Amino acid sequence: MHNPPPAPVPFRGGGFRPQRLRGVGVAVFVVLILVIEWGTRAGWISNLTLPRPSDVVATLVQLWKSGLFLQHVVPSLTRLAVGSAMGVLAGVAVGVMIGLFSLARAGLVPLVAALFPIPKIALLPLFVIWFGIDEGSKYALIALGTFTPTVVATFGAVDNVDRTLVRMGQSFGLKWWSIVRKIVLPGALPGILSGLRISLSIGIILLVAAEMLGAQYGIGAYILEAGSLYDLERLFAGVVILSSLGVVVSWLIALLEKRLLVWRS
Amino acid sequence: MDLIIERLSHSYDTVNVLSDITLQVPSGQIMCVVGPSGCGKSTLLRMIGGLERPSAGHVLQGGDVPPDCLNPLTFVFQDFALLPWRSVAGNIGLVLEDHPLDAAARAARVADVLARTGLSDFAKALPRQLSGGMKQRVAIARALAVNPAVMLMDEPLSALDAQTRELLIDDLVGLWMRAPFTAVYVTHNLAEAVRLGHQIVVLSRRPGRVREVMHLRIPLDQRTLADPVLQAAQERLWALMRDEALAADQELADA
Repeated sequence: MHNPPPAPVPFRGGGFRPQRLRGVGVAVFVVLILVIEWGTRAGWISNLTLPRPSDVVATLVQLWKSGLFLQHVVPSLTRLAVGSAMGVLAGVAVGVMIGLFSLARAGLVPLVAALFPIPKIALLPLFVIWFGIDEGSKYALIALGTFTPTVVATFGAVDNVDRTLVRMGQSFGLKWWSIVRKIVLPGALPGILSGLRISLSIGIILLVAAEMLGAQYGIGAYILEAGSLYDLERLFAGVVILSSLGVVVSWLIALLEKRLLVWRS
Repeated sequence: MDLIIERLSHSYDTVNVLSDITLQVPSGQIMCVVGPSGCGKSTLLRMIGGLERPSAGHVLQGGDVPPDCLNPLTFVFQDFALLPWRSVAGNIGLVLEDHPLDAAARAARVADVLARTGLSDFAKALPRQLSGGMKQRVAIARALAVNPAVMLMDEPLSALDAQTRELLIDDLVGLWMRAPFTAVYVTHNLAEAVRLGHQIVVLSRRPGRVREVMHLRIPLDQRTLADPVLQAAQERLWALMRDEALAADQELADA
């Protein structure tokens, strides 16, 4: 009997670890847009199916030159900022209360579970009666929409704060409020911030919905008008603005995480 | 400050955890508590520190508290319990912030304990940048900052590797030699117990009772790994615990 010659041990590790690849995301966008541009020019995508990307860009440029861009975007951003600020602040406050007090948890968790799945858009007529056709009902819609996911994310984050740290605070005789402010809230911050991503995306969706029902200016109103005229270039120009808004919001939160969570490895 | 533990018993629902524990911790001495896992030694420590309420019996504190003591009964935890978002100095400052000290006095206390634990160069580091041994040094510095009357140490070296443990034992001996402190030191490591304990309490397995209290009179700074007296003491402790540890190991949880 003779032994087989020694062979190198085959490598079996690796993988299962996402790596950061720069430029791939941009490349996907560019390729997709180029294909659509080519298809619409060559004719195998009809003008009724998709607008030509270069026409959408031209529409956006024209929108900017006519000054209508800011006229639509500024009211939208204001509504998003005011509404989601109200919803997120109230949501964090209620979420922390649920996390800290058994009574609040017992009383409010079922209520939040009941509110969460309601399509908030369905409540818009009600909000119009309660808060008027103007900005009030739009703020309320966005606030309610961002409130529930923020509550759920916040109390989950508070629940996940390391209890040994709380025990440590108690053992050194820290005041209740100090424990909440210096141990519970910073410990819950990562979870609250990742909840914020979801809340704000929902906020953008509701912003458009609110503006489609009774607004003269705003990205939603712009899209609705374009849609009813079957003006695909303008419709897509509006969609591009919304997507960019989403990307900017996500980028802002990433920036915030980078600033506030340096202590994480 | 002396601690007197009187007829302390505890049970969770129907499970007896501790039964009729009576102990005394004299001022300026270290009492080590050893016992098989699950014998309730950490529970006992939490009761001494007021983090848990015993079902029966009580813990009394006697004598005077040091003049500038901010927190008489101060814990050192096994998993360090450092706030990851605060620097070393910030973690120590945390436990001073609720006390009426001016900023200068606070900074002086932080600087003093950092110097005593050899951490002065690491004041601005974050916990994630530190090794396990350094993290526990920070936790010890934090405990010293409030100038405690009694240190309650819950397996403080169990999360560390053997070499780091040796270094930290030396640190603790050094700290004690310079300024003797009172401590209750819970551990499952018998070598630590004979190196640091003036008295060593052996608890039986659940329900934990005091099986024996051993006194060691060799000064802490003269105790070495090879000392035959300590070797004998450690072997005696192991003989006391061996069968209990074996039985505890084979116990089913919730059975």
